[in-house]
Amino acid sequence: MSIAAKKRVFASPASLTDNKFHFCPGCHHGLVHRLAAETIDYYDLSSKAIGVIGVGCGVFLYDYLAIDCCESPHGRAPAVATGIKRSNPDSFVVTYQGDGDLAAIGTSEIIHAANRQESITIIFVNNSVYGMTGGQMAPTTLPGQKTTTTPAGRQPVGDGYPINVAELISTLKGTAFAARVACHSHTHIRTARKAMRRAFQAQIEKRGLGLIELLSACPTNWRMTPQQSVRRLEAEMINTFPLGTYKDF
Amino acid sequence: MTEKQLLKGSVALAQGAIDAGCRYYFGYPITPQNDIPEYLSAALPAVGGVFIQAESELASINMVLGAAASGKMAMTSSSGPGISLMQEGLSYLAGSELPAVVVNITRSGPGLGGIAPTQGDYMQATRGGGHGDYRLIVLAPNSAQEMYDLAGEAFRLAFKYRNPAMILGDAILGQMKEPVMLREALSPPQNSPWALSGAKDRQPRLVKSLYLKDGEMTVHNLKLLDKYKALQEKEVKVEIDCPTRCDLIVVAFGSCSRIARTAVDRACLQGLKVGLVRPISLFPFPEKAVREEAQKAGRVLVVEMNTGQMLEDVKLACNGNSEVYFKSYPGGAVPTPEEIEKEIEVIVGKGGLRHVNSS
Repeated sequence: MSIAAKKRVFASPASLTDNKFHFCPGCHHGLVHRLAAETIDYYDLSSKAIGVIGVGCGVFLYDYLAIDCCESPHGRAPAVATGIKRSNPDSFVVTYQGDGDLAAIGTSEIIHAANRQESITIIFVNNSVYGMTGGQMAPTTLPGQKTTTTPAGRQPVGDGYPINVAELISTLKGTAFAARVACHSHTHIRTARKAMRRAFQAQIEKRGLGLIELLSACPTNWRMTPQQSVRRLEAEMINTFPLGTYKDF
Repeated sequence: MTEKQLLKGSVALAQGAIDAGCRYYFGYPITPQNDIPEYLSAALPAVGGVFIQAESELASINMVLGAAASGKMAMTSSSGPGISLMQEGLSYLAGSELPAVVVNITRSGPGLGGIAPTQGDYMQATRGGGHGDYRLIVLAPNSAQEMYDLAGEAFRLAFKYRNPAMILGDAILGQMKEPVMLREALSPPQNSPWALSGAKDRQPRLVKSLYLKDGEMTVHNLKLLDKYKALQEKEVKVEIDCPTRCDLIVVAFGSCSRIARTAVDRACLQGLKVGLVRPISLFPFPEKAVREEAQKAGRVLVVEMNTGQMLEDVKLACNGNSEVYFKSYPGGAVPTPEEIEKEIEVIVGKGGLRHVNSS
């Protein structure tokens, strides 16, 4: 068989740019970006997709995805996405938000966007800390977890319990799809890819809001190596944040 | 077809927005501006538009931001406390260079305040209001007709300069019914070259306000400054009615200017030489008109329904070259023509200034 006749079985997604990721070693944002790009290509959405980007480490999404993008004020991405989708119903609108953005300052916007049954897709990255601002406590920080603002570890009474977003959003009637997946192994990534497609499919079929929560590592702010981070995600995060599909149309 | 209708100011404004091409409204209820969302909740769907009652003013302004990023004419309306919540979004709209119209039918404040007519949000409106180095385009109607006309003008300026515009009204202007001449309705804007629509057969577009690289933000700030300078050069709106020889000019805007108008007319009937300068655009402020008329008369009386906010712009315009007097009506107090007329008489003398000087 000549080289030319060989079948290409793997390539970078067409809607992922050639820019090098700025993320820290072991961070899963790059992986989530790639999953988003693969799903955009899978449904051939690059010419109608509009990304709405929350504030956090994912804010430079527009450097990596070759789609139209709009920055959003912190937490307001579901409201911005609502404005885009309602004024341009043929577009495909996807937000990219972290746990500080969606689960703290933006709880109101995500709950009411879901409740209005907005046909938008939410990619929600849960790494249990504020990454960009330097590792402060997030609403998803685990009990006992040390962060730069919980030096003695998070005390649920007083500091709050971790908020389980996928389960919470799944209780709203306007939510079409809500699932939690993880990014730390090939098996989990394959599951994540399928869930990402369902979260997109919900919007394509105009069923309502689709949310995929991705458990991911932040080695820098966890003060761990990438390998230790993967072990922590598996051993600690999944206990608090059970993987699964909580609503599927 | 153009026609004359008897309309409440708030309804005139809402219909003015539709006739300018606005099809998207996002808002949250607050007194005294509820006539606007109530009217649009029926009128917008009737013309193929979208009305959403949002969960908060934070959500409202960010829905406006999303529709504006799509190149659409979008608006919201609120009052004092709600406008405060929108300041974050207004800053992002200005930073991202997006056009939108925000209506403030003011409440007195600070805090929950009261719902009576007031002009206490002048500073918040004209100084940007949110974080960062930016300005809103601010228009101040004084009649139901102007509520209608300036809604369209606010959209025209917002799109021309890609900057959010605010209409600053109050409960008098919102509730007062007057005849309004409707104009020929315009079509919504199409395909702005900066709008997000999906990167079909073109490079991806980006709407953003984050500039982290060395010097980038300075360049952006100077670009915005150029817009504000262009607005100051080309878009000042002011009504000037001053006799050739004038002893005093009264400066007032919005509903207060209607009362000042009556007071000035009465003073003139008495033989006093008094003029009226009414800023219609509060940003850009009619600095040149105020300076020139103040210099000619030598004396300025500012009347505002607050504790002295436009007063500062008048003083900046006069730059110490004219005597500036101020009559304050804060917290929902509304002047009567007689009170302003009396103030005029106190400044120029019952028989007029030249009469006083010559006696």
